[in-house]
Amino acid sequence: MGSTPGFLGRRRGERDPRLPPGQYDTGADWPVLTAEATPTLDTATWSFSVTGLVERPATWTWDEIRALPGATYDGDIHCVTTWSKLGVTFAGVSVDTLLAAAGPRPTAAHVLVSCHTDYTTNLPLADLTGGKAWVVWEFDGKPLDRQHGGPARLLVPHRYFWKSAKWVAGLRLLDHQERGFWEINGYHDRGDPWLEQRYHGD
Amino acid sequence: MTDPTAGPSRAAAAPGPGPWQRATVTEVRQEAPGAKTFRLALPAPVAHLPGQHYVVRLTAPDGYTAQRSYSVASAPPPDPAADPTIELTVERLADGEVSSYLHDVVAPGAELEVRGPIGGWFVWRGDTPAVLVGGGSGVVPLMAMLRHARRIGRPDLVRLVVSVRTPPDLYYAGELAGPETTVVHTRVAPPGSARPPGHLTVDDLPELADGAVAYVCGSSGFADAATSLLVARGVPTDRIRVERFGATG
Repeated sequence: MGSTPGFLGRRRGERDPRLPPGQYDTGADWPVLTAEATPTLDTATWSFSVTGLVERPATWTWDEIRALPGATYDGDIHCVTTWSKLGVTFAGVSVDTLLAAAGPRPTAAHVLVSCHTDYTTNLPLADLTGGKAWVVWEFDGKPLDRQHGGPARLLVPHRYFWKSAKWVAGLRLLDHQERGFWEINGYHDRGDPWLEQRYHGD
Repeated sequence: MTDPTAGPSRAAAAPGPGPWQRATVTEVRQEAPGAKTFRLALPAPVAHLPGQHYVVRLTAPDGYTAQRSYSVASAPPPDPAADPTIELTVERLADGEVSSYLHDVVAPGAELEVRGPIGGWFVWRGDTPAVLVGGGSGVVPLMAMLRHARRIGRPDLVRLVVSVRTPPDLYYAGELAGPETTVVHTRVAPPGSARPPGHLTVDDLPELADGAVAYVCGSSGFADAATSLLVARGVPTDRIRVERFGATG
């Protein structure tokens, strides 16, 4: 398809190589996009679990998960609504650490992520392993705001940000794909921003 | 813990949107200061659900693209083949590279690349009572729901509450009025208004019928406030669907 007559776009020099196609830099803003009412979660009763096709189903309390070896992510996040936020820092625990405790079975290939709300999202297990995913509770050195998913959210920054479920409650490992909230509603099962996998069929 | 059988994951499946298509702008209307409605004729029309949106993509000569999502304001036509049009209402944002192009450049006859309809959650299919709460331009997808309710002869199913700063800020002012709608003014009320200007309160919200679903659309601050009021009104959180707009332009 050709260009749009009269459209030049934002004045731009070299496009920041950190921006995937079709994305723009939101700068200091961090837009809030959620489909549900923002919950207030009590860390006294909060929990996170890894279940399904694992050797040892595991559940952590708030204090227990925070006692695990910590990990941080320094990099960028990309929302399917076309904003990206560059150079952010999150702190929490690597999903690898959580999975190692539970011991995925060889048949585990997919994950359905659940939340303390009714939100869900699905990913291939391989997208959550190898230092590519975290459960995080700090953003730029401060506790994660509840509107951004606090007390803790999933962080899968190499996928569009709807995969990084707010108010995350657990991972269920499966041998088949079960679609989550936005995936049922037309959004992509993988969601790779560099391939612009926004909707099914992309 | 949540009940795994309740809530969002039970929403009916919606297919992905169709491919990009080149729509023709057939009409442009000033809806309010800073807001225009664009009527688009689609070469490959698909019946949308009230609440769904389209993506508009602009391409610069060097291949740079910018795309933004805009809610459909029109009701689904009874027969998309006979009426292959949609209406998108777009607020002009000061630094919005897409909205400023649409406002400043696009006129009837222009072609726009669009893709949709998108969304299967913030939709109302006309089969439940619904309370619609919109702030400012958040009224747009709710207007599609109101128009649909009226078109199918069931305006009794919906109650729409719109919050705007001043009377001129109200979109669809001529069409919106009716026994099923309430307009709340936060800064300036119209002359003779019984309600003094002020933020939305729990008293501005209607009683919810049994089985009603609440749809909230607006800025993040508005959505949080309106959701809290609905909860205070006794609406269970799993009956509240929220669409927020952040920094889109």
